[in-house]
Amino acid sequence: MNSKRRSFLKTAGTAGSVAIAAAAGLIKPTEVLAVEWNKNAFAAKGVPDALKAVGAVGAADSKDILIKAPDIAENGAVVPIEVTSKIAGTSAIMLMVEKNASPLTADFNLSNGAEGYVSTRIKMGQTSNVRAVVKAGGKYYTTTKEVKVTIGGCGG
Amino acid sequence: MSMSRREFLEVLAVAAAGGMALDSREALAGNVPKNFYELPKYGNVSFMHFTDCHAQLLPTYFREPSVNIGVGAASGKVPHLVGEHFLKAFGLKPGSIEAHAFTYLDFTAAAKTYGKVGGFAHLATLIKNIRAQRPGALLLDSGDTWQGSGTAYWTNGADMVGAQKMLGVNVMAPHWEFTLGADRVKEIVEKDFKGSIDFVAQNVKTADFGDQVFKPYTMKVMNGIPVAIIGQAFPYTPVANPRHFTPDWTFGIQDDNMQKMVDEARSKGAKVVVVLSHNGMDVDLKMASRVTGVDVIFGGHTHDAVLQAVPVKNPKGTTLVTNAGSNGKYLGIMDLDVRNGKVQGYKYRLLPVFSNLIEPDHAMANYIKKVRAPYESKLNEKLAITEDLLYRRGNFNGTFDQIIVDALMEVKGADLAFSPGFRWGTTLLPGDPITMERLLDQTCITYPATTLNEMSGTQIKDVLEDVCDNLFNPDPYYQQGGDMVRVGGLQYTCSPNQKVNKRISNMTLRGKSIDPNKKYLVAGWASVQENVTGTPVWDVVAEYLRNVKVIKKVKLNTPTLVGVANNQGIGT
Repeated sequence: MNSKRRSFLKTAGTAGSVAIAAAAGLIKPTEVLAVEWNKNAFAAKGVPDALKAVGAVGAADSKDILIKAPDIAENGAVVPIEVTSKIAGTSAIMLMVEKNASPLTADFNLSNGAEGYVSTRIKMGQTSNVRAVVKAGGKYYTTTKEVKVTIGGCGG
Repeated sequence: MSMSRREFLEVLAVAAAGGMALDSREALAGNVPKNFYELPKYGNVSFMHFTDCHAQLLPTYFREPSVNIGVGAASGKVPHLVGEHFLKAFGLKPGSIEAHAFTYLDFTAAAKTYGKVGGFAHLATLIKNIRAQRPGALLLDSGDTWQGSGTAYWTNGADMVGAQKMLGVNVMAPHWEFTLGADRVKEIVEKDFKGSIDFVAQNVKTADFGDQVFKPYTMKVMNGIPVAIIGQAFPYTPVANPRHFTPDWTFGIQDDNMQKMVDEARSKGAKVVVVLSHNGMDVDLKMASRVTGVDVIFGGHTHDAVLQAVPVKNPKGTTLVTNAGSNGKYLGIMDLDVRNGKVQGYKYRLLPVFSNLIEPDHAMANYIKKVRAPYESKLNEKLAITEDLLYRRGNFNGTFDQIIVDALMEVKGADLAFSPGFRWGTTLLPGDPITMERLLDQTCITYPATTLNEMSGTQIKDVLEDVCDNLFNPDPYYQQGGDMVRVGGLQYTCSPNQKVNKRISNMTLRGKSIDPNKKYLVAGWASVQENVTGTPVWDVVAEYLRNVKVIKKVKLNTPTLVGVANNQGIGT
């Protein structure tokens, strides 16, 4: 079954397969959703500036945002991250890696009642908090999870 | 009338204290009642469990650690109790056979009295006896079975696969198995194990779609009771070991998927749900507090020999957590009383496997002889004699590690050397020859290349801090389960209770402070990078040992420890 699905994705260029690929984090969200590119936000240095650039200063801590990420990254170059927002009316989910030079890593815009769920791969240079920022009903909410990036070896 | 187990142990202790030679089968025979290893039957569902045998088919010595520090909430608790602290916690008598089995205390003298431990032929007899008393009992193996000896390396794990099948292993979970490479693992699981051994791992998935690579769990029926065994592979395999062996698979702890599997097994009618885990004991204890509906976690990885099961409360009940040591030295037996669809009571024993007290199983003994035959002359080469006790296990340097780092520095011409903090590797008594086999016990891996690199003082500190956090992070989910990297040449101070990047200080080399900007020549082995070439570490150390001929008193280079003076994970 797996190998069939893999070859299907390799050959088929349908809209359906693109959606699957996006859900699996294989392609950049910007290739799927033609939203406006907030250059200042993605270039911002440090979390306070990034929050300011996306208009989310003072975002409230929320337990209704769940970040699923490895406690220790297997490969800092491609760290799988899933964010689920249970907040009603979620219209955007942003990801920031606090210790990356430019923290803002992804900005997903959700429309027409889309489920508050995104899955992607991000790059991390070192152990850091990963911050999810959710926009819902014009307000901003946030939560964090630490992901450790280690040199590796020496286990067992 | 036969003696009770406790009475027998007391007889042994008195005999040993009286200077009676107990190191031969003949001397022991008169003192050993036939039922020494017979446990009164209890309940109606039984599991036998061993873990981390590291391919040791024959009996060996294995010294338990004198340093196994627990930090944060783990301080002063099982499994971070050593020596006298362990005896006190479990009410064991100093000098008893069990004190020897579970602690490092007076190791050399006690090992001479009680003899070697483990061995698959001895384990086979014990397992047969217990199966005879408990028909249908399942044998579980928490993994690290296909790595750790010369023969496992040369046969690509085949010697151990054959031994597992003969032993009657029913279910296994993996870790070092993956260092044979993904293809070899799949080959064994799909061909050799087909119809005999279930290889289970709920937390190994394909990196692209997150599909299960192996069966997450298996269901068995024992005395009419449906039982589920869920597998948990070592979550940090691609971090602690080279990722290139399993490039398409992803691991991790995956509590949520574990919960799903528990719920699914229960919905399919399982009345007993157990987890066969290679998490390591600290991770198992945390997992038991979060995942609900698990009756027992049978754990391995951290090589902790824990005499009793630890009950852990979670939001919906209690989960028992066990850990069964290493090197075939112990067999855990868990008897459950299952009535009215649930576990009503349990009895757990972790039996030490003393080879002198158990008649070896003939079929297994012959099998071991056969698989070793082509390699005997290579294995038996005497490289040197040791006058000191040689061991590895412990949070910091062991005496055998000291030989490895000394050899690396001398043969490679390095300023300092690193050697991984593996927890496997057998023990040698003073007077023992250091054979190629014993050296391979300490070094045999599929990525053995030695390296010589230039590293700045800052990089050296980063490595020490990184590994130290893998050992002493107060949250077990951020630990990797090995011990601290062993260092030769370099001296330092370690503060286990500090935070990451704040634990290592006062680094010196030959009395001079390490300069953060200066480059040093560092020798090492077991790089997790791909395409690393270099002489295998066993050849480097063998060359050193052949030249040295006699290992006298080993000068152990261990760090100065700060802030753990009263920690019960340090022997007095």
